[in-house]
Amino acid sequence: MLSIKNLKAGIDGKTILKGISLEVKAGEIHAIMGPNGSGKSTLAAVLAGREFVEVTEGTVTYFGKNLLEMSPEDRSKEGIFLGFQYPIEIPGVSMVNFMKAAVNEHRKHKGLDPLSASDFLRLMREKKELVEIDSKLANRSVNEGFSGGEKKKNEIFQMAMLEPKLSILDETDSGLDIDALRIVANGVNKLKRPDNSAIVITHYQRLLDYIVPDVVHVLYDGRIVKTAGKELAFELEEKGYDWIKKEVENQN
Amino acid sequence: MEKDQDKIIKDVTTGEYKYGFYSDIETEKIPKGLSEDVVRLISKKKNEPEWLLEFRLKSYRQWLTMKMPAWANLKIPVINYQDIIFYAAPKQKPSIESLDDIDPELKRTFDKLGIPLEEQKHLSGVAVDAVMDSVSVKTTFKETLAELGIIFCSFSEAVKEYPDLVKRYMGTVVPYTDNFFASLNSAVFSDGSFCYIPKGVRCPMELSTYFRINSANTGQFERTLLVADEEAYVSYLEGCTAPMRDENQLHAAIVEIIAEKNAEVKYSTVQNWYPGDKEGKGGIFNFVTKRGLCRGENSKISWTQIETGSAITWKYPSCILRGDNSTGEFYSVAVTNNHQQADTGTKMTHIGKNTKSTIVSKGISAGFGQNSYRGLVKVLRNASNARNFSQCDSLLLGDKCGAHTFPYIEVDNQTSVVEHEATTSKIGEDQIFYCNQRGISTEDAIALIVNGYAREVINKLPMEFAVEAQKLLQISLEGSVG
Repeated sequence: MLSIKNLKAGIDGKTILKGISLEVKAGEIHAIMGPNGSGKSTLAAVLAGREFVEVTEGTVTYFGKNLLEMSPEDRSKEGIFLGFQYPIEIPGVSMVNFMKAAVNEHRKHKGLDPLSASDFLRLMREKKELVEIDSKLANRSVNEGFSGGEKKKNEIFQMAMLEPKLSILDETDSGLDIDALRIVANGVNKLKRPDNSAIVITHYQRLLDYIVPDVVHVLYDGRIVKTAGKELAFELEEKGYDWIKKEVENQN
Repeated sequence: MEKDQDKIIKDVTTGEYKYGFYSDIETEKIPKGLSEDVVRLISKKKNEPEWLLEFRLKSYRQWLTMKMPAWANLKIPVINYQDIIFYAAPKQKPSIESLDDIDPELKRTFDKLGIPLEEQKHLSGVAVDAVMDSVSVKTTFKETLAELGIIFCSFSEAVKEYPDLVKRYMGTVVPYTDNFFASLNSAVFSDGSFCYIPKGVRCPMELSTYFRINSANTGQFERTLLVADEEAYVSYLEGCTAPMRDENQLHAAIVEIIAEKNAEVKYSTVQNWYPGDKEGKGGIFNFVTKRGLCRGENSKISWTQIETGSAITWKYPSCILRGDNSTGEFYSVAVTNNHQQADTGTKMTHIGKNTKSTIVSKGISAGFGQNSYRGLVKVLRNASNARNFSQCDSLLLGDKCGAHTFPYIEVDNQTSVVEHEATTSKIGEDQIFYCNQRGISTEDAIALIVNGYAREVINKLPMEFAVEAQKLLQISLEGSVG
């Protein structure tokens, strides 16, 4: 579904991603781990289409299409969802109106009529239950005054509403207490289907206690330096990132 | 990135004005210019009684002694009053018995504007007075309203049919000496709407006046007088548009409202005069004096305005809270895009005891637009326990526009409470991207955010018009994002 080849990208002329290659197949969960500043969030930003990241080399193919040529909204409508590390507040815009606009744009893209108000509210209710989200959140403005945990849960709720093919969760676990972490992880697990995939970006291993990845990558200094099964996550938890850094330096 | 942002801003600021067409209607006009003779001529054209001519003349003489106000935060070009036609009227039969007598082109004009003059076609529950250039063309549902004793007609008709009411109330809220534009209007006003709701009557439908400037080089000077007698209630709406022209056109209106004991008046405006083109050429100068008097105790006057049009707006719908326990409200959304300028706000004058006022002003600036809020809250010595709450918010789209706030507070009573809150925000790139990532285009994201921002005010509009207002906001900001 997603094929990244030798991707190089930077911000303000500074190279951050130094040649990344990654294959994600339908049904797979990939974890991307790595120390701070290794380029994890930059990778997420490139995939979602943020303009401030400049791609200098390499290709990203998504279902056979050149992803880098698509606008951010088209990527969304084609099934790419980014769970933001820092979800944005939009005062004055209710979650209901926001999600209605989003869901109907997705439907239009698929050639479907907009949902009626009652069908839409039913869908919201269903998904709220699925991801165990307080129903009051839906009546408030988008992320405005939400606690850190509420914001992250709200991201998972939006993911449930939009049913993406490829979810990229950018440090969704950061700043969560153990209960919120469980809810977020359960949400992701419930939404798992054989035909959709996820890239879970995380600094810590603890999220991976709940979301079991098929593949774990370690990103360091703009490169994927190690790829293995889920046991790699445990090893990192135990030993930290230093041994990886040393390994990389020794190779150089 | 910056380049893209500029492009988006440019796109959003290039929305087209939809009402810019001109109708070819046979029009009677008087020669350009203003003099005592012109004032007499207007009065004569309208077959007015002597007392009204006297009122006009004394207003004209007053006006000659006055200077255009210069305190507003506006750049106003010099206006040559000798270059304006002060009276233009669609030619038609002396009295219109039925709709068939109206010039079909005129009917088409109002149809095109979405204001059909046929009652059966109309939005249910809205009576309309349609004013083209200097005269009222047609008032719908007059008979239905008359059964309840409600008078809703053109101002000219009111002068003929109800001279006592007009004499009793006209100029009592906005005297002919009030300000430069009010004096001008009092001298040359041509038509407008008159409305009287008798004691104890709740008006069952929305009343509305639709103003249309059509002729070139003309000014529009209408006067609206609205009286709600004791225990009466009315909700009133005005809308306005004009053709696109390269030269500026002057609109100087007066609206006076009187609310007696326990009466309530809601006055809503959706102002969409031609704003001028993207370079700031042309557009309406909108210099309007609107004021309501809460004369009786427990009376209430509420102004709601959605201001998206005009090259320059100078307008402060105000409330004089004379009756004890009376309430004044002002809810405003003012948009300035391209080179539009607005200096708008309100005055709340607390005279009676336990009077309350609420001000919610939402300015939206885009393009090179300059948006100023100017408001005065004045509490007089005897206004014990007066309360005011003001909230002034500004939203900026792009970095070439401006938002300004000039709040004035004068309090002479120690028991009163006056609160003022203000915020300024920008639509952020992050907000737009967040919407984009959920599949919402930049254009729709802005509409969503702007409507969310203005929602508090839009919700105050009658339902049918709230939807219109939302669309209008979207159109006037079409193409303008940051």
